Amino acid sequence: MRPEPFVHPYIPNSVPELRQAMLDEIGIPGPEAIYAEIPEELRLKRPLDLPEPIPGEMELKGHVEAILRKNLTCEEYLSFLGGGCWRHYVPAVVDEIVNRSEYLTAYCGMNYSDLGKYQARFEFNSLMGELLDLDAVSEPIYDWGTAAGLSMRMASRITGRSEVLVPGTICPQRLAEIRTLCQPEPMPGSIRVRLVDWDPESGGLDLTDLKRKLSEETAAVYIENPSYLGFIEEQGGDVAELARKKGALTVVGVDPISLGILEPPARYGADIVCGDLQSLGIHPHCGGGQSGFIAFRDEETYVAECPLAIYSLVETVREGQYAFAEVRAERTSYGLRDRGKDWVGTASGLWTIAAAVYLALMGPQGMREVGQSIVQTSRYARKLLAEIPGVRIPLRSPSFKEFVVNFDATGKSAAQVNRALLEHRIFGGKDLSAEFPRLGGSALYCVTEMHSKEDLERLAAALREVLR
Amino acid sequence: MKKAALRRYHAPAYDEPIVTEMGRKGQRGIIPPRADPEIARSVGAAEQLVPRKMYRSRPPALPEIDQYHVLSHYLRLSQMTLGMETGTDISEGTCTMKYSPKMHEQLVRLPQVTEVHPLQPEDTIQGILEIAYRLRGFLNEISGMSEFSFQTGGGAHATYLNACLVRKYHESRGELARRAEMITTQFTHPCNAATPATAGFRVIILPHKNGYPDLEALKAVVSERTAGIHMTNPEDTGIYNPRVREFTDVVHDAGGLCFYDQANANGLLGIARALEAGFDACHFNLHKTFSSPHGCEGPASGAYGCTERLAPFLPVPVITHRQGSYHLDYDRPESIGKIRSFYGNLQCVIRAYAWILSMGAEGLKTAAEISVINNNYLEKLLMRIPGITHPYAEGKRRFEQVRYSMETLKAETGFGSHDIQDRMVDFGIQSYWLSHHPFVVPEPFTPEPCETYSKEDLEYWAAVIEQACREARDNPEIIRGAPHNQAVGRIKDFSAADDPARWAITWRGWQKKKASRQAGRAQQ
Repeated sequence: MRPEPFVHPYIPNSVPELRQAMLDEIGIPGPEAIYAEIPEELRLKRPLDLPEPIPGEMELKGHVEAILRKNLTCEEYLSFLGGGCWRHYVPAVVDEIVNRSEYLTAYCGMNYSDLGKYQARFEFNSLMGELLDLDAVSEPIYDWGTAAGLSMRMASRITGRSEVLVPGTICPQRLAEIRTLCQPEPMPGSIRVRLVDWDPESGGLDLTDLKRKLSEETAAVYIENPSYLGFIEEQGGDVAELARKKGALTVVGVDPISLGILEPPARYGADIVCGDLQSLGIHPHCGGGQSGFIAFRDEETYVAECPLAIYSLVETVREGQYAFAEVRAERTSYGLRDRGKDWVGTASGLWTIAAAVYLALMGPQGMREVGQSIVQTSRYARKLLAEIPGVRIPLRSPSFKEFVVNFDATGKSAAQVNRALLEHRIFGGKDLSAEFPRLGGSALYCVTEMHSKEDLERLAAALREVLR
Repeated sequence: MKKAALRRYHAPAYDEPIVTEMGRKGQRGIIPPRADPEIARSVGAAEQLVPRKMYRSRPPALPEIDQYHVLSHYLRLSQMTLGMETGTDISEGTCTMKYSPKMHEQLVRLPQVTEVHPLQPEDTIQGILEIAYRLRGFLNEISGMSEFSFQTGGGAHATYLNACLVRKYHESRGELARRAEMITTQFTHPCNAATPATAGFRVIILPHKNGYPDLEALKAVVSERTAGIHMTNPEDTGIYNPRVREFTDVVHDAGGLCFYDQANANGLLGIARALEAGFDACHFNLHKTFSSPHGCEGPASGAYGCTERLAPFLPVPVITHRQGSYHLDYDRPESIGKIRSFYGNLQCVIRAYAWILSMGAEGLKTAAEISVINNNYLEKLLMRIPGITHPYAEGKRRFEQVRYSMETLKAETGFGSHDIQDRMVDFGIQSYWLSHHPFVVPEPFTPEPCETYSKEDLEYWAAVIEQACREARDNPEIIRGAPHNQAVGRIKDFSAADDPARWAITWRGWQKKKASRQAGRAQQ
């Protein structure tokens, strides 16, 4: 007998009388009768060694908040961090919708009882389809890196080839994820990942090196636009053309918020397009806002090789009424286990709803305007920083929202600059010196529509002081 | 026991258009921040800042809708989603759909979470690192493991991570070329077969014997080719395998590693742990067992734990604690590298931390005990319904869930578990989960009444199933036409979604295919 019964607000049947009534009905004295199946030596015979609980909601909230308040935020500090997670403006309606109980808590209710969830998914697919100019969009996966790796695995199965070519300017962390997915070479069915050189002046892909490396083995050429280093890859069409001539597919990774002003990759020859939804109405969440999308041609071959869930509009028995159903579910790992296409599982569904609401609010005009704001504000920052003595912008290609800033001529390392900027309550750009030794002591600065002219002037003034 | 009265439920039915059909030309939902006029003057128009051939030639055909109507559209869609908090997710077996405390949502919406960039200097994200590090300690204690990683974005991702770690482990010992086989069992989640296959292993699925994984079959397939085993316990059937330690011993004796899929560990918290059963690694779904909400399938977290033996291979960075502060350790030469960008979905980590702390050791054990009591109570109610059985392991009690069968009902009435699924939602509860494929148990369904649900919830759930099964006998028309009280009518033809000429994955795809069908008819 416990001295005081443990009744928890999250456990209605922890009330002793209810518990007892259920045990009576089952016909057992207690849960031990159920756990009797567990061999004695596997039982934990002591209480778990955990801290004293904080059962009161107010006290618990205070406890966790006190720890979280040790974090500094990009609201308190002026941040120029990007590199795959960005701070864009999130419209209030997006937060209102994604925080709705129904979307926040829904799981795998079926076509009828969770109809709205399915419709929101289909709308996400449809809106992304317009943005990307492609007719097929799947449910997303965890992040851009996984989406890129799965796209390459799709390309390998579609072409029956086992090598992918990737630009040397790719985000090294993303490349590491891709390498994990493409497997080490001793494994059967592994895909070789080869880097293609890049032009140190522009950042763009070295087409001569690409031609040299393209072969009958090449399943896909992967490029990014805008690239990890921020520049706009102008040669997308040339890359796709060269790939096509060798029978390879073109996979393009894209930051979707750029597509109000940048040409969608499908129009310059991309067969599969992937990227991260995080820029479309999702807060950074310390990296918890990532969501990797995959879109492709609406062709049977592509659908058949896509590992992720795909949904279709279908008609109901009532004239003119729609519902939604899964497309060829049997091809997935849920249908075929180890013989399915890679795997499918819970990933980042809520963010499709954020992205759908974001795109519905923005419309064509909003997407164009936000793209304009970003490219102009970012260019202005680039210009301001280039005027600082010793600061250099090493890549001359036009950039979208991120750009590389080099400090070599200032005598200070990027890490030193960043440390000094903290004194000014500024998070400087991501230090690239370890990732890209070829760029010397450089940092990747991210400027979005949320930065004001004053913010940029503050950065420039702080840098001048830091570098004096 | 009072008989539960069935609700006169009807789902909201708005006949809501597809968003792409909404709005009028020129309407807009929001005005995004514009570049300062001086900036625009200084750098020129956006068109001049982008290479001409890369400037978008045609704007995207997104709808143009005012803000109020975007809001009301998505609110209506939310109302046409039963979700967990209104739908009684007892139905979602193997997934432990438990209550996600609302206070946790207040925590994860703080700017100290949402407006934190993962690449901020370590000393500016001490709060979130501290919570992750503390949760690591809690989960080590709950599982017996010695290290946890929160990088994976879901349960299947954690099983994939295990396959990658096993690969690296054998590689480090020069045995990878030989150890090419991963073993799993028939009633373990399909991802345990799929993810090792993706990682390059040949997968062997052990058959079951009366609902238990077959130990003799394991002994017959283990060899020097064995890389490891992925298994769960209790399995999807709710049946606990008391010989689990013999399984892990057999695999260890052959030089393989043992992974325990504990996505759903709800029935065992504080009762039994992965370590004592001989496992080298396990994972917990923070979005199931540890209360983080499911979010229409993510963002989620498959917290991955392992013993010292596998820890060197974990993905980078690993969160460490020294000299009073928390660090992101990338200097791990044996690491598999990266499996997800940054550090995973830390919002799930915060919720799990708060949930465990709200429960304490006694609370966790209570949650486990109540979940198995609830399950056995529901079983008692369901097994009274003619036509329902639960195959295998006769006389043995199930733990936190049961895989039932409507095979008898189907034989007697012609209606099986799919038909009942379409009808049960008419009473305001979520449609049940049938089973993973293949359907080894015929006409399956798998409820899991975790500790969140009250005695009355269980009685209501059983009463709905009883009603639908009675209708299958007495009023077949009502089953045949179901659902009746949903937002839409019955789907006319599911096969349309499997036919490349008819499936419509986007609205533009739908329009194109409709137009081509009409053109085809006109030609005829």
